[in-house]
Amino acid sequence: MPSITFIHPDGRRQEIEADDGSSVMQAAIAEGLEEILAECGGNCMCATCHVYVIEDSAGALPPPTQDEDALLDGTAAERRPNSRLSCQLPASEGLVLELPERQT
Amino acid sequence: MSTTEAPASDLDPFSIAFFDDPFPEHARLREAGPVVRLRHLGCWGVARWQEVTAVFNDWPTYVSSRGVGLQDFARETPWRSPSLVLERDPPEHTRARAVLGRVLSPAAMKGLREDFAAAAERKVAELLDRGTFDAIPDLAEAFPLSVFPDALGVRPDGREHLLPFAAVTFNAFGPDNDLRRQALAGVAPHLAWVMEQCRRENLAPGSFGAAIHAAADTGELTPEEAPVLVRSLFSAGLDTTINGIGAALWCLARFPGEYARLHADPSLARAAFEEAIRFESPVQTFFRTTSRPTELGGVPLGEGEKVLMFLAAANRDPRRWDRPDAYDIARRTSGHVGFGAGIHMCVGQLLARLEGEVLLAALARRVRGIEIAGTPVRRYNNTLRGLASLPLTLHAA
Repeated sequence: MPSITFIHPDGRRQEIEADDGSSVMQAAIAEGLEEILAECGGNCMCATCHVYVIEDSAGALPPPTQDEDALLDGTAAERRPNSRLSCQLPASEGLVLELPERQT
Repeated sequence: MSTTEAPASDLDPFSIAFFDDPFPEHARLREAGPVVRLRHLGCWGVARWQEVTAVFNDWPTYVSSRGVGLQDFARETPWRSPSLVLERDPPEHTRARAVLGRVLSPAAMKGLREDFAAAAERKVAELLDRGTFDAIPDLAEAFPLSVFPDALGVRPDGREHLLPFAAVTFNAFGPDNDLRRQALAGVAPHLAWVMEQCRRENLAPGSFGAAIHAAADTGELTPEEAPVLVRSLFSAGLDTTINGIGAALWCLARFPGEYARLHADPSLARAAFEEAIRFESPVQTFFRTTSRPTELGGVPLGEGEKVLMFLAAANRDPRRWDRPDAYDIARRTSGHVGFGAGIHMCVGQLLARLEGEVLLAALARRVRGIEIAGTPVRRYNNTLRGLASLPLTLHAA
């Protein structure tokens, strides 16, 4: 059960326990985090599970695929160098992710 | 896990009686078991969310290239050349899908939002002036028809072929029943017009159609493939959004408490549309074909067997959803299969959401209440669920 930390747009930090093998998006939805919409359900097709990766101490995150990279060009909140789609990120111990102001 | 014999059903899920009220039959199918033998069709059926999702996500086993209707392309010739996306498997599917994904990307939607929102405002203002109207032709059809054909790049003349062509496409996924036979009997002029429109010289510059043809310049598509890929937007770009918007209007009219929430907070428009897709499931069903012997929900399936997925039943499966029969615009809908799932998930889902959102947001701001002003009439199609007529009265805010 890796624990990951979300930083809400108001600066509040929230640590959650993710199920083994789940994605960051799935963990956020399971926890009821309103800032993650995941309209396409995790198929890497909608760009509404956008997060900013603040810390990846385990270095466990795969690089974005071409599909994810193209979708990130259309995020509702500003794309930054650390922008990712959370449905593509395995939940791994110690991840710190900032949630954007908006997803649509 | 040991395998078991599947329960059998004599249900005809493509009959008019079923279309009139599918929900009790959906519940019976879900309760019968994870996989049900549909004797009438000679295929398997899955109605629970878990199995529907499993079939969608296992494309090597449950292929699309043998047709996503009851007809098996390995045994029968399809009525038109197969779609380059819907009726293909990887690796061929991947290449064509990437082109459409780019044309209909989130970034592309940003460029359309302002125009679509302005068109929605005009439409709602016009209907408020009229007060009472038929929400299917005058709104659910009129709004997408006012924005989508232009975005696709279609010439103004001959657009009366658009809706009949789409209806044939979705009727053709069903069994050889009256709906399918009548649809195919009249398809020739519609198909001829559509294929003519799909040619590069007939598509407006800057349109979706032109962008698809541009992929032939870079070698991503062959010049022969480009018009066939454009055809997918004629098949799937209009009836789907029409029935999606129709579903949302029908839901909001039936559940005034939910309309009141939307009116109080128009930012819920996108969620109200999405929940209507879950609740009504405008696309009710799709088939897959097994590419090898396999096992699903403990039931052994042979090679070359059709599996019918009941999307609408999965979207109201109590194993997955709390209060599944309630239309709740604040529901977390992520994971519903109204747009499908997996590699074939609707490539136009962002466009559908954009259309639904801007229209419901315009309503929410300008309209205090929606009233049903006459008896709704159902429209029958082998795949699509929706109404032909929905008389409504709007009360200005």
